[in-house]
Amino acid sequence: MKKVILTLALLVVAAPAAFADGKSYAPIKDKITKTECSACHMAFPARLLPASSWKKIMLNLSDHFGEDASLDEETTKHITNYFIKKSAKGKFRNPALRITELRWFINEHNHEVSRKAKKKAGTMSNCKACHRGADRGYFDDD
Amino acid sequence: MSKPVFMLALTGLLVASLAPVQAGSARTSILEKLQKEAGTAFSAERGKILFSSTHKGGKPKTNSCTVCHTKSPLKTGKTRAGKDIAPMALSKTKDRYSDPKKVAKWFRRNCRSVLGRECTALEKGDFITFMSNL
Ligand code: HEC
Ligand code: HEC
Repeated sequence: MKKVILTLALLVVAAPAAFADGKSYAPIKDKITKTECSACHMAFPARLLPASSWKKIMLNLSDHFGEDASLDEETTKHITNYFIKKSAKGKFRNPALRITELRWFINEHNHEVSRKAKKKAGTMSNCKACHRGADRGYFDDD
Repeated sequence: MSKPVFMLALTGLLVASLAPVQAGSARTSILEKLQKEAGTAFSAERGKILFSSTHKGGKPKTNSCTVCHTKSPLKTGKTRAGKDIAPMALSKTKDRYSDPKKVAKWFRRNCRSVLGRECTALEKGDFITFMSNL
């Protein structure tokens, strides 16, 4: 019983805090983008990268992090426009191709991620292995 | 069971049993087109070699189909980004090789990644034939 009360108390304390500082990243809603960009990994939310990064990624799909992810021209254009519209706004130097190479990402993950969790995920790009709410846009769930 | 419920269940069953038939005829038409282009009979044995071999000319991290699909087409594979891939064998994943656009897209991409070029109609037919006979 003590345990239950403790858990409940923790939930009450933890939940609002998580929502308060938890930025959420809107999941991809566009159907074409979602289908095509979730084939090999989760469809990364557009707000995780600036427009310049998305443009670079979309221009180079035939050599996408070491494999061919090419699409026909019409689909490529549609997806590019969607990402540009929903991308992160603000100033960015050197558009990164990877979310996992952005400074905030490295800072967030440097110390808090155990070796065991990393090994299980296989790659840091595999957000869903550690963030169960990733598909809903939540990354502060653990 | 009341009559309307029974009819509903029957309709459901009918629809469910028709879906694989439709996938089957779509698959046949994909194979027929490839057959016309290839001009040679397809071979499951050659398909198996294509699937299992390590190739040169493609991208270094994906030099064999087995990198992502595992050595057994009956097993669940994994992309390099960590997502599961349903087994390639038709006996395990019933809707495989039935959507012409999807089939064309993934042969184009993965043949370029693994072989460094597009696959021929013969290679595609051999591959589907191998995957359909497991
Ligand atoms: C054929 C498979 C495939 C498809 C389709 C695909 N990707 Fe990827 N993607 C990968 C792989 C493999 C990686 C690298 C994973 C790694 O390094 O661990 C990757 C990585 C990424 C990354 C970098 C993740 C990081 O490490 O920060 C982004 C961004 C990305 N993909 C966007 C897209 C977009 C946008 C689309 C849709 C147009 C797409 N991907 C479609 C296979 C794919
Ligand atoms: C190996 C496990 C692991 C992987 C893979 C991983 N993360 Fe994380 N992530 C963590 C941990 C642990 C934290 C810190 C604890 C927390 O705040 O949830 C964190 C924190 C974060 C935060 C800050 C959350 C907040 O608001 O406090 C974001 C955003 C985030 N991750 C996004 C991502 C994205 C996007 C990916 C994939 C490209 C990813 N993570 C991949 C484990 C992981």
